[in-house]
Amino acid sequence: MSADVLLSGGAPMRRGPYISMITNRTMNLLIRAAMLFMVGVFLALVLNLLQVQRNVTLFPPDVISSIFSSAWWVPPCCGTAAALIGLLYPCMDRRLGEPHKLKREWSNVMRCVAVFVGINHASAKVDFANNVQLSLTLAALSVGLWWTFDRSRSGFGLGVIIAILATLATQLLVYNGVFQYTSPDFLYIRSWLPCIFFAGVITVGNIGRQLALYEYRVSQEKTHQD
Amino acid sequence: MTVRERLRQNISAAFYRHGLLCASYPVPIILFTSASILTCCYPLLKLPLPGTGPVEFTTGVRDYSVPSHESQGNLSERPDWYRGPPVAYIQQVLVKAAVSPWDNSLVPVDVFRSPLGRVFSLLEEIRNHIYTDRSLEALCLQVTDLLPGLRRMQAVLPEHGCLLVSPGNYWQNRRDLFDADPDLLKTVHQHEPKGLHTSATLKDLLFGVPGKQTGVSLYSKKRVVTYTITIALSSYDARFVASLRARLKLLHPSANCTLREDHMVHVHFKEEIGIAELIPLVTTYIILFAYIYFSTRKIDMVKSKWGLALAAVVTVLSSLLMSVGLCTLFGLTPTLNGGEIFPYLVVVIGLENVLVLTKSVVSTPVDLEVKLRIAQGLSNESWSIMKNMATELCIILIGYFTFVPAIQEFCLFAVVGLVSDFFLQMFFFTTVLSIDIRRMELADLNRRLPAEAGMPPPKPGPLRPRETPPPPRPSPHTITLQAPAFRNLRLPKRLRVVYFLARTRLAQRIIMVGTVIWIGILVYTDPAGLRTFLAAQVSEQSPLGEAGLPPHLGVAPVFPGGDPTSTLSVLPAPEPTPLPENQSQGHRAARPGVAPVSSPQITWGPEDEELWRRLSFRHWPSLFSYYNITLAKRYISILPVIPVTLHLSPQEAIDTRHPQDTHHAPPPSIKTSDLQTDLTLYKVAALGLFAGVVLVLLLFCLYRVLCPRNYGQNGVPHGRRRRGDLPCDEYGYSPPISEISPLLLRGHSMDIECLASDGMLLASCCLAGSACEAESLLGADFREPGGVAMGGPDVDIFPIRRRTNPARPALFGDQPDLTPLIDTNFGSLPPSQTLSSSGFDFGELVEKAYQEHEPSPTLAFPPSPPASQQRRRSLGDQPVLPPELPPQSNGDWDSSVWAMELRGNLIATGRSSGKLEIYQCDLICCSYFLVSISLMKMEIVAARLNGSLDFFTVEINKPLGLLQYRGPPGRGSLPPSPCYSSEDVISCQLTRSVQCAHQKPITVLKAAAGRVVTGSQDHTVRVYRLEDSCCLFTLQGHSGGITAIYIDQTMVLASGGQDGAICVWDVLTGSRVSHVYGHRGDVTSLVCTTSCIISSGLDDLICIWDRSTGIKLYSIQQEVGCGASLGVISESLLVTGGQGCVSFWDLNYGDLLQTVYLGQSSEGQGVRQLLVLDNAAIVCDFGSELSLVYVPSVLEKLD
Repeated sequence: MSADVLLSGGAPMRRGPYISMITNRTMNLLIRAAMLFMVGVFLALVLNLLQVQRNVTLFPPDVISSIFSSAWWVPPCCGTAAALIGLLYPCMDRRLGEPHKLKREWSNVMRCVAVFVGINHASAKVDFANNVQLSLTLAALSVGLWWTFDRSRSGFGLGVIIAILATLATQLLVYNGVFQYTSPDFLYIRSWLPCIFFAGVITVGNIGRQLALYEYRVSQEKTHQD
Repeated sequence: MTVRERLRQNISAAFYRHGLLCASYPVPIILFTSASILTCCYPLLKLPLPGTGPVEFTTGVRDYSVPSHESQGNLSERPDWYRGPPVAYIQQVLVKAAVSPWDNSLVPVDVFRSPLGRVFSLLEEIRNHIYTDRSLEALCLQVTDLLPGLRRMQAVLPEHGCLLVSPGNYWQNRRDLFDADPDLLKTVHQHEPKGLHTSATLKDLLFGVPGKQTGVSLYSKKRVVTYTITIALSSYDARFVASLRARLKLLHPSANCTLREDHMVHVHFKEEIGIAELIPLVTTYIILFAYIYFSTRKIDMVKSKWGLALAAVVTVLSSLLMSVGLCTLFGLTPTLNGGEIFPYLVVVIGLENVLVLTKSVVSTPVDLEVKLRIAQGLSNESWSIMKNMATELCIILIGYFTFVPAIQEFCLFAVVGLVSDFFLQMFFFTTVLSIDIRRMELADLNRRLPAEAGMPPPKPGPLRPRETPPPPRPSPHTITLQAPAFRNLRLPKRLRVVYFLARTRLAQRIIMVGTVIWIGILVYTDPAGLRTFLAAQVSEQSPLGEAGLPPHLGVAPVFPGGDPTSTLSVLPAPEPTPLPENQSQGHRAARPGVAPVSSPQITWGPEDEELWRRLSFRHWPSLFSYYNITLAKRYISILPVIPVTLHLSPQEAIDTRHPQDTHHAPPPSIKTSDLQTDLTLYKVAALGLFAGVVLVLLLFCLYRVLCPRNYGQNGVPHGRRRRGDLPCDEYGYSPPISEISPLLLRGHSMDIECLASDGMLLASCCLAGSACEAESLLGADFREPGGVAMGGPDVDIFPIRRRTNPARPALFGDQPDLTPLIDTNFGSLPPSQTLSSSGFDFGELVEKAYQEHEPSPTLAFPPSPPASQQRRRSLGDQPVLPPELPPQSNGDWDSSVWAMELRGNLIATGRSSGKLEIYQCDLICCSYFLVSISLMKMEIVAARLNGSLDFFTVEINKPLGLLQYRGPPGRGSLPPSPCYSSEDVISCQLTRSVQCAHQKPITVLKAAAGRVVTGSQDHTVRVYRLEDSCCLFTLQGHSGGITAIYIDQTMVLASGGQDGAICVWDVLTGSRVSHVYGHRGDVTSLVCTTSCIISSGLDDLICIWDRSTGIKLYSIQQEVGCGASLGVISESLLVTGGQGCVSFWDLNYGDLLQTVYLGQSSEGQGVRQLLVLDNAAIVCDFGSELSLVYVPSVLEKLD
């Protein structure tokens, strides 16, 4: 299905080999970024809905009544972040020369996304005894996610770094009163937030790698059609 | 470790036995499995069906007391939600009012205006009712603000006070507003939502009865108005309610009312699922389906892909059901929302094992018996399956010890699910797989039958051993028949979409389902409307059309003044309508202005007892939700209704009239309004029909646009392709092994050193530099006269027939065609023997073709000490030249051929002695110390070890009037290719020579697209232009000598070096596009496709790189010594050589598609050279033989 999207987007240019290669690459990059952006927006909307339902996150009330029940800037932010991370992962793979060892296929990616949504679900809907337990469980789940679907050191490192950065950013946002959490237990935010960020980075990275794998297949399909 | 090994062995053995069992008794095992699934799912019947409908519980009124919070175990019939006080007690006062007797002077508005007007006095009565010291104010449910979003309703619904609703709310419970309202109906209807709706409307809420039964309309035929006054009480005071009931009954007695008043109904509401909560759920389900789709897509090489995918899904689903069933059986009731955890359970349990099993089984040797295959496949994967399962159980165990109830419960379900999933995989799926594999083998057998005509038809027995012939062992010169139809490797995407649509009839089904849903919605929301709609349809069939639009079913009191004769003709048509009586009555009373007067009767029947049941089940929740009171998981108690009957006199009705009421145009307006309501229905219907038609048209257009015009006309049956016929389809079916059989070409005595082909002819030469045996395979041996020859190696030339027509396979059975056309054994000595032994007139032969090279000194050629020089004398030059042998030619005998090229009829070889030889099939000229040569059109480029490049031009002159000798008849079938007949005069000239092309020896030379690319030991690659031998670029970037170069017509240049690096260059600019390291040791060969680069190295590894990004996609480990033999057949098919075999790989996925064994015994002769011809054949060396492998179905490109 994503191949269809890719196909419809990337029209081949009948030019010199070099030019067409470059166009194809940038084109592919753009398409990938767009797809990742959409994935990010979609996940942000859905997961935010989960949180808002449980009154974990509080946005100003008039915003709630808007269609997407969260502030307008959240999905674009998440989408942009997803695009960046999803492009960063394959790029980093190539730089470090550390190829993805696990079998790369869409079913695995789908499984990864499902587990990610499950982690979010657990954070929002399961009643834990205390916050420490919740955070520890989620941390274990996130690391398990990494171990099951990624297992590369670079992925882990990048995930941790981005999770820390994102947590910092959220702290700042909450500190400045952009939004707030109902029961903060880690400075201004919930302590499970870094785990969610980490799992999200791993998931988006997985998707990005899979898309990058698709890139070369696209041009091939094209030549067959021609 | 020993324990582990032993454990592993035991597990493997157990799985093997189990596999045998499953494959031997498929039917009993499937029956057993189904029985156990059903047994385990039986407890599920006790579980309540999921849904949000309310549940009722009835108690008596007399001994009612508020239920306590504690659950009382002894009262088993009491539902567990019946605890604590209800949210509210609902007391409804059901009012039926009518103007009686009906008078002809009354207008339709009178039907409801005065009855509705009485509601205000009733309300007054109720509000002021006081029993002892209790008033309604103290008992009723006090409500506060409406929800902020409902400002629109503020005028109608009560705020800050008792929750008491009645139709009077439309007018703020004020009589004066009611009296001043010119159009009551408009007031009532202005709050109604548009379109289809399923929730309670404001009219329902205020009237308290379903909208159809209120009787508030201009054409009510009963003329009885029904409405309720609904009071919500927060606490139940039996005496107050009883006194209110008694008071109202006293004031407005209902004569024939026999309503029971002793039952109180408690209604429990479940949690409502809003859209917002549904979205994450739907998302998880979408992800789940994507996961299942992508997983089952990988099931390959089986008879019925869909069947197996279905079996896999059934396995997972029924294991889930079994886990829920078993948990219920042992007293663990699921408190989790099943729908929410279900996707996660599926993901945890996963489909991986099933896929692994399938893959393992299909990769077992095909010639084994089915049950052995199953057993082997099972035991191969047993260890990994057990390991995975143990790991998952461990993880779940850890999860269990988090001591979070929800997670614990999830884990419990997951454990039971995992175990039952394992059980089902082992029994159910394995058996299904065995059945499928057996079916596939039978199908293969049947398909092969036509070829093996003598074979009896296979008896389909369940355990029939495979009768397929053992792995093909073709005799060297036979070739098996190919399946006649050529398949496309891959269909274009658009075609696949169309095929998918056509195959599944998706469009029709979607439309059908949509229609059914639409009808369902109609029936659900508006059953009465549908009935009128249908009735209207029936009556519309009357020939009268518009003019005779008959009185509608709700018969109007005044019949339109139509022509009686014409209306009479209506009679037959409306017969089937439910109310023919009314029609005929209308005719009889067809006097304008006179209606069939019938005084409205107020009757009380049992259906009035619980009129609220007819309301939408969201009636009460939506009423309470307006005040932010949720009924989810709570209940309300509904008290028996208090009946009130009001009879009003006509005078009273006339008195309460509003001045505008009489202006309401009576009957015609009734008609139009009637029509209008119908028209909306028609509109909806027409819209739906229109949408459907547009959809169909759109699909049709799409189909026409996308589909080729000659769809189904050309020979290839596109539409109904069988999956098995697509050898390398994405959906993965590779042909049975026997479909490809190698063809051995013999003629050499030693290992083959060089191979060349131009698509028509195939030339090979062997190491036998001084071998002396002359083997004549046939009389057609074409031998160099006098045995003088150019010494050294054999060069065999084989014709390669282009398989233009699959219907001519006989050509290949033709033995002589397969023999070397020209077997030039130049080393054959002594010549005299050959001469004598051959039955040919060699004298003539000599005249024919003889090309000779002359020693360098004879020609004034450029200085380079080993100056290359050649002059060709073709036969034409000196037709009568006796075989004069330059003595030095004997020196060539021990020089081996290092490079060879073939084009047209010309073969150019470069020898280690440095000579370039050009044969015209059997003509030779020599050059010097050549490393590499390249033959382009009429240019020959030769590179030498000393780093110089020579450019030669070959010219062909057609001599006139020469005798032709075509050899024995067998040779007449030379392909009509750009060949140069032997009488042509061919001359070769050195045009240019680049002396110092490289500092160090040139190691590799390639030419394409007007460029000559050389690679050298001096770490550089140089690009020359062919026309003027001008050096365009010197490409630096390797840190070792260049060992491999690839360039093709699209100017893609890739080079590989001794440092194991591969560089991709842009030939236009000379810049390096990418640079990757992939091999330990030299890169031995390089091939590019449009999307990837394939390289092989001395480390016997074949790496596939993404061309644009330079990422290594995967690598293939080759057998020792076979690393360099690889070729790309089509865009996605890679062929590599191995020990006595060639393997075909799918480039996209790196899957091994097939391995073809070249000889019967795979004695370790590696395939070291491999050449892909452009007509779907591969030539590879196999020791001293050549092997020609046709790949029939892969190369046929799309038309």
